[in-house]
Amino acid sequence: MIEIQNLTKHYGEIKAIEDVSFTVNKGEILGFLGPNGAGKTTTMNIITGYMPSTSGTVTVDGYDIMDNPGEVKKRIGYLPELPPLYLDMTVSDFLNFCAQLKDVDKKVWKSQKNDIMELVKITHVQHRLIRNLSKGYRQRVGLAQALVGAPEVLILDEPTVGLDPKQIIEIRKLIKALGKNHTIILSSHILPEVSAVCERVVIINKGRIVAVDTPENLSKNLADFTKFKMTIAGPEKKVKELIQQVYGVKYLEVQNTGKNDEFGYIIEAYKDIDVRKPIFHKLAQAGYPILELRSLGLSLEEIFLQLTTEEKEVN
Amino acid sequence: MLAIWKREVQAYFYQPIAYILIGIFFAISSIYFTFGTIASQAAELNNLLSSIIFILTFVCPILTMRILTEDRKNGTEVLLVTSPVDVYQIVLGKFLASLTVFLVMFASTFIYLAIIYILGGKPEIPMLIGGYIGFLLVGASYIAIGVFASSLTENQIVAAIISFAILLVINIIDPIASFVGGFTAKVLDMFSLLSRYKDLNSGILDLTSVVYYLSFTAVFLFLTTRVIDKRRWSQG
Repeated sequence: MIEIQNLTKHYGEIKAIEDVSFTVNKGEILGFLGPNGAGKTTTMNIITGYMPSTSGTVTVDGYDIMDNPGEVKKRIGYLPELPPLYLDMTVSDFLNFCAQLKDVDKKVWKSQKNDIMELVKITHVQHRLIRNLSKGYRQRVGLAQALVGAPEVLILDEPTVGLDPKQIIEIRKLIKALGKNHTIILSSHILPEVSAVCERVVIINKGRIVAVDTPENLSKNLADFTKFKMTIAGPEKKVKELIQQVYGVKYLEVQNTGKNDEFGYIIEAYKDIDVRKPIFHKLAQAGYPILELRSLGLSLEEIFLQLTTEEKEVN
Repeated sequence: MLAIWKREVQAYFYQPIAYILIGIFFAISSIYFTFGTIASQAAELNNLLSSIIFILTFVCPILTMRILTEDRKNGTEVLLVTSPVDVYQIVLGKFLASLTVFLVMFASTFIYLAIIYILGGKPEIPMLIGGYIGFLLVGASYIAIGVFASSLTENQIVAAIISFAILLVINIIDPIASFVGGFTAKVLDMFSLLSRYKDLNSGILDLTSVVYYLSFTAVFLFLTTRVIDKRRWSQG
């Protein structure tokens, strides 16, 4: 659906993005992840045609953004980081304006407008001035704006920034729901967000792509060890000693559970060695029962830090 | 384009700005009408029009100062540019919106015309038409300058000052041209909006003057689109 090839953008001497290439398949939610200033917004601005690239191409549904900007823009709904809203208009007037701007057929718009407002839950504020709406509602109006004209592609730049936790969850749910019949690129510097919503992740750092994969694969491939959490009843010192004796344990960390005779243990072991059985036997022999055993994948946060700090070392 | 025009006209009248400008214009022109036209029992409006045209030097910068600056400031420029409309349509829509408010303001002078007729005066129609067309064209050119100035910055006040400065120079360009003389004078004369207005206002409906104003307006609007495009190319 979207093909990005060797995209480069220079602001004078500064290279905002360098040789960025990836594709987004139809109906996919792609997470675009990177620390602040990595080039996420720049990339999105180029895809949406707000800003031309220095070199490289973007095609949406077969149309090139430079040769056929009108066709591309028709297919894209864009929610920039700062939602583009006219504060002096009511929600309803503003959406009507967007529909006219995007040349949506009047009859189609009549039914579509209500659907959109229902979907993002702004029907009850439609006659209020945008100026008087809270940040959460403004964000929803911004999202509604992107949905006007039912574009196939949605590009959302940090859609949950500045919202409270409840609003964040609602917006994420909404994006997931939208993903059923839209192709979505979602940028974020918040990792759990991307792993919660996206099917595939592109990680960008300092203008370059450092990884493209599913959140699960990223966590599997990058880990050269397995990680567990155990909760064990027994004196900390003894248990620790026992676990460390097991062959294959690489790293051990003790966590307080708040109870005197129970402790949490984070255990990292080498990838090919299953340390769970020997640990169980050892502890059973010593009479310390295991209360909990849980496998921990490498969290996206760790992958992210790993990738972005590796990059730093190269530089 | 129509959508942008409609939104901007509404925005003018949602805020007090249009009413204040029209009010000021009407108040000052009424003073001129009462003490100039009525008091001297003149059955014409051309003197009035040429007297009050200076008000546009103040009114037009204020009228246009937020027309493009606001979009950059609150991020709506992204919405406009990423919509399937061309930059020239954006600029034209905005320009026509300012021009619409100007036309409402301008229409207030028809009241004076009505008063003259009621009092039994019979103004000369060709003179009147020339005067009105000239006033309109000068207004359109001033607004185009204002729109251009508002594309240069995201600060309304700075935009107003830039267009005010340009208009001030245009106001005094004739004396400057006659002072320097020679080739420079010819160049300066290309920017002399008011000397052509004097011709039109005395009833000479010269097509070249009309074309001059229209091209002047078009050039500034074109420059505005270039400024917007250039900014998109050079920075984020």
